[in-house]
Amino acid sequence: MTSTLVTPPVVATQPRRGRRLTAVAPFVGRSLIHSLRDAEALLMAVLLPTMVMLLFVTVFGGAIQLPGIDYVDYIVPGVIVLCAGFGSSSVAVYVATDIQHGIVDRFRTMPVPAYGVVVGHVVAGVLRNLVATAFVIGIGVLLGFRPAATPWQWLATIGLLLAFIVAITWLFAAIGLASSGPAAANSYGFVLLFLPYLSSGFVPIDTLPAWLAPVAEHQPITLVIEATRALLAGHAPGADAYGALAWCAGVIAVALVWSAWMFRRRAARR
Amino acid sequence: MTHRNEPAVVVRDVHKAFGRTTVLAGVSLEIPRGTIYALLGPNGAGKTTLVHILSTLVPADRGTVTVAGADVATQRHLVRERISLTGQFATVDEVLTGRENLRLIAALLGVPRRDRSDLVAQTLTRFDLAGSADRPARTYSGGVRRRLDLAISLLRTPEVLILDEPTTGLDTRSRQQVWRLVRELTGHGVTVLLTSQYLDEADALADRIGVLHRGRIVAEGTPAELKARVGDERVALVDAAGTIVAERVTDGTPAGVSRALSELDGLAAERADLHVEIRRPTLDDVFLALTGDPVSNPTEDISSTDLVRRAA
Repeated sequence: MTSTLVTPPVVATQPRRGRRLTAVAPFVGRSLIHSLRDAEALLMAVLLPTMVMLLFVTVFGGAIQLPGIDYVDYIVPGVIVLCAGFGSSSVAVYVATDIQHGIVDRFRTMPVPAYGVVVGHVVAGVLRNLVATAFVIGIGVLLGFRPAATPWQWLATIGLLLAFIVAITWLFAAIGLASSGPAAANSYGFVLLFLPYLSSGFVPIDTLPAWLAPVAEHQPITLVIEATRALLAGHAPGADAYGALAWCAGVIAVALVWSAWMFRRRAARR
Repeated sequence: MTHRNEPAVVVRDVHKAFGRTTVLAGVSLEIPRGTIYALLGPNGAGKTTLVHILSTLVPADRGTVTVAGADVATQRHLVRERISLTGQFATVDEVLTGRENLRLIAALLGVPRRDRSDLVAQTLTRFDLAGSADRPARTYSGGVRRRLDLAISLLRTPEVLILDEPTTGLDTRSRQQVWRLVRELTGHGVTVLLTSQYLDEADALADRIGVLHRGRIVAEGTPAELKARVGDERVALVDAAGTIVAERVTDGTPAGVSRALSELDGLAAERADLHVEIRRPTLDDVFLALTGDPVSNPTEDISSTDLVRRAA
């Protein structure tokens, strides 16, 4: 040590009561810095949607003919939902990495709600996903996607996608807490990423085998995709939208309780 | 505040078990304000578990613990406002730079935005970190990382600073830096509890030392008192393989050393392969003297974290 220590500064801190919400903001900032420094994840967030979109529209698109709808208009909602999953799965890895390292202990011995570290990753994940979603829509437009939605329908679309993204991101956070480490978190995520393929996202459900069609038809991702597709095409989404929202609310509630419980359990075990 | 007259840390009859393994079997200790207490013990003695209980990370099974006037079981939030913990494994964010780490903690502590940059800059200077402030913490050497860890803990001055093996794995120069930092703190009224596996570290820093062995405090006192029981330097006869053949405890003075040598003279004359070493007492010597048990590796060489990971 070259310098003599100066007297430690007396730090004025705000009274803590009623600060629980604002106390999460620094955690969000931290997670956003992590996102920006993770060059590979950023690259994948841009490359994957581009490749998936090009693959489906230009390679499979020629072989898939749907009556009454341009295939690019059909597929964009599916790709949005698929990519929301890609973007969220990294949250599981971030959370699993944090809980394995000493830094959560540090937060838990401070006068802050330590679960904020999870909320930070979720909020950053949702923001990353919203950017990726805008990017997907942009690529879609370049490939000929022509949405017919009114401003109100756009707003409804954004709200619905936001609910879906929050739900899947929080679910991935819980998965990250439940898994034994970052590598395990990554592989559990893979299973969820398959769900969009078992939906009406890429091909109409009536083209599926009879035993698979009911599964695909009733799973929540189909509802989200159908509602998004209807809204972007300028139609009323009907019951699909309510079903999708109900599913999202349910998943958020389960993920919230599950992740909070797992966080306490994992953190207390150290 | 009334709690300012009480000891900074009061531990009474604390028990803790993980599954069937008893880690703490009735620990009691008191640390007066503004003093340094060293908890000395080998791996698996229960040091880290006690640290975790004191810093609200795990609850005790039985017994009471008061830290900075607040009960760790019922007033966790108050305890957290008054302590800082530097854990055994560096608790810094590896992706963030040193400066960003400090800014994050300042923000979490509710330091007003306009004061944050100044406070962070001052802290970086205090801990000799200005040169590495803008590199990611993942690129830091062990010593620099430990200093950042301490800087984070001392961004705001706590009433009680808890350091779990603060110099394990550090080179000599970094150890000295950490020692100096800890000494300077008590000048500001901070109470320090540190754990260590090194007798010389406890000797150099602590006002009082407690020796933790198999979940119990088996000896407690000032460094001078403990050394009186363990003895100071020893003169040893060592064979070619480095095994101690015979040794005598001395007071370290030239007269004492030559007296010890003359006592060992007969043995040295018989064997030509022996040579003389003067060594300082180690943790092994402490345990041998205090428990008759030559262990620095007791039954199992595991910490509570390992135990839990293994059970999981």
